[in-house]
Amino acid sequence: MKNKYSIFSLVKNAFSYHENWEKAWKDPEPKKEYDAVVVGGGGHGLATAYYLAKKHNMKNIAVVEKGWIGGGNTGRNTTIIRSNYLWDASAGLYDHALKIWEGLSQELNYNVMFSQRGVMNLAHNLQDVRDLKRRTHANRLNGIDAVYLNTEQVKKFCPIINTSPDIRYPVLGGTLQRRAGTARHDAVAWGYARGADEMGVDIIQNCEVKGIKRNGDSVEGIETTKGFIKTKKIGVAAAGHSSVIANMAGLKLPLESKPLQALVSEPVKPIIDTVVMSNAVHAYVSQSDKGELVIGAGTDDYVSYSQKGSHDIVEGTLNAILELYPIFSRMRMLRQWGGIVDICPDASPIISKTSIKGLYFNCGWGTGGFKATPGSGDLFAHTIANDEPHKLNAAFNINRFVSGDLVDEHGAAAVAH
Amino acid sequence: MFIINCPYCGEREQSEFKAGGEAHIVRPKQPTELSDDQWAEYLFMRKNIKGIQFERWVHTHGCRKWFNVVRDTSNDVIKAVYKMGEKPPTK
Repeated sequence: MKNKYSIFSLVKNAFSYHENWEKAWKDPEPKKEYDAVVVGGGGHGLATAYYLAKKHNMKNIAVVEKGWIGGGNTGRNTTIIRSNYLWDASAGLYDHALKIWEGLSQELNYNVMFSQRGVMNLAHNLQDVRDLKRRTHANRLNGIDAVYLNTEQVKKFCPIINTSPDIRYPVLGGTLQRRAGTARHDAVAWGYARGADEMGVDIIQNCEVKGIKRNGDSVEGIETTKGFIKTKKIGVAAAGHSSVIANMAGLKLPLESKPLQALVSEPVKPIIDTVVMSNAVHAYVSQSDKGELVIGAGTDDYVSYSQKGSHDIVEGTLNAILELYPIFSRMRMLRQWGGIVDICPDASPIISKTSIKGLYFNCGWGTGGFKATPGSGDLFAHTIANDEPHKLNAAFNINRFVSGDLVDEHGAAAVAH
Repeated sequence: MFIINCPYCGEREQSEFKAGGEAHIVRPKQPTELSDDQWAEYLFMRKNIKGIQFERWVHTHGCRKWFNVVRDTSNDVIKAVYKMGEKPPTK
C-alpha cells in the first residue's frame, strides 16, 4: 500500500527536505509471462493497465514502453479536454471520459490539475455559424452542456479577442462548453502509473517491442529489447507507431502518421482564463499555470515519424493567433515541438478487437487523444478483459472501414483533425 | 521541413508541394466486382511505413504536376524522385 499524498504527508516530508518520498512506481524487469501486456506507456496505455487491474481484477499484467512513460504524445499535447462532438457515438465516448476526469484527482490520489475553465470554439463564416449551432443542439440532445454565443458574448467571455468586423476572418459567434478545460498532461501519466503500480502492474520502461509472435490466428507473445514475453492478450496503445506494431503482426490499419506541432510562449501574468479554439483559421490557445501561452498548430499533410513539422504550419497558426489576439504581437515563443499523430480516414479513433485473437488496438486518436485518456483506458480495458467491446466503443471498431459505418467527425468536430 | 527536387522545376521548399499519400496503389479495374473487404483494403488500408516509403506529391504552387518521391519517413530524407509512369528505383 502506498502512502497517501496529502497535506500531512507534504508537511512530514518537508522535515526531511523531501528526500524520503517513496517511489511512485517500481522499475521492474519483465517476467516471463503475463496475462496481458499493454504496449505503450502513455496516458492511454497506463490508464488501460490501471482499469484492467482495478475493474477487471487482472493483476498479472505489464505495460511495456520503448522510452519513458508519458514521453510521447502524452507529454506533447496541448492538454485540452472537451466532449462537444457532433455524432452520438463520439459524444458518448468523449463525455464518458469527461465524467471520469471530473473525479480523477480524487480517485488516483494524484492532482491531475483538471481545470474546468471552459472551451470556446469560434465561428468565422456563415457555414461555421450553422455548423456550430447544429453541434450545440446535438450536444444538448446528448446531455452535454453547450451554449451558442454571439459576437458580443464571445467578447465578454474572452475580452482579448479581436472582434472587429474588419479582420480577415471576423468572429461571428462561438460555442462554449463550460465543463471543458485542461489538465496537467504529465500528472495524468504519473497518476495512472502510480495507481497501476500499486495494484501490482509491472511498468517496464526502455523496453521496445520488436516483434509479435503469432500461432496461426492468435498471439503467443512479444519480442522486446528485454527479451521474449509470453502473453495471450496484447493491447496496443502506441499512438503514432500503431501501424509499425500492426505490421509486425501482419496487419494493416487505416492510419496515416503525421507530425502535429505545438508551441509555448515565455511565461506572462494571467491574460486568458479559458481555452479558445478556432477551426476555420486553425489556431487555438490557452494559458498554462506557469503562465505560458500554449498554442496548437496543425498537422503536416505528409506521413512522417520524425517528430518535427514544417515551419510554414507554425507560421500560419501564429498569423491567425495575431489577427485574433493583437495583444500577443510582442510575445516571444520559448519552445516548439512535434508529436506523431495517427489519423483515421474518418478522424475517429479505433478501440477494437482485430482479426487476430488476443490482439487489440487502441489507436487513430489523431490530433485529439489526450482528452479521452481516462475513458479510452476504461473502455479498452473492458474490451481486452471481456474480448468484447463496451457499448460506448462498439461503434469504434476496425470493421467500420469495411462496413462503411464510419463515425465521420472530420470537419464535424469542433476543430479540424 | 525539407527541400523537394521537382522533376520539372528543380529544388523547391516542401511548402510549395502537397503530399498525395502512398504511391503505386492501383485502382481496381472493376470496383463493382470487389468484396467489401477488398474495397476497404484499396480505399482505407495503408502501410504507413516508418522507413523508406514510396509516395506521391504534387507541385501545387509551381508546375502543378504529380510525381513520385522515395522518402525515409523516420527522418524525412528524400532518396529519389521520379516521374509518374516511370519504374520506381530498386535501391
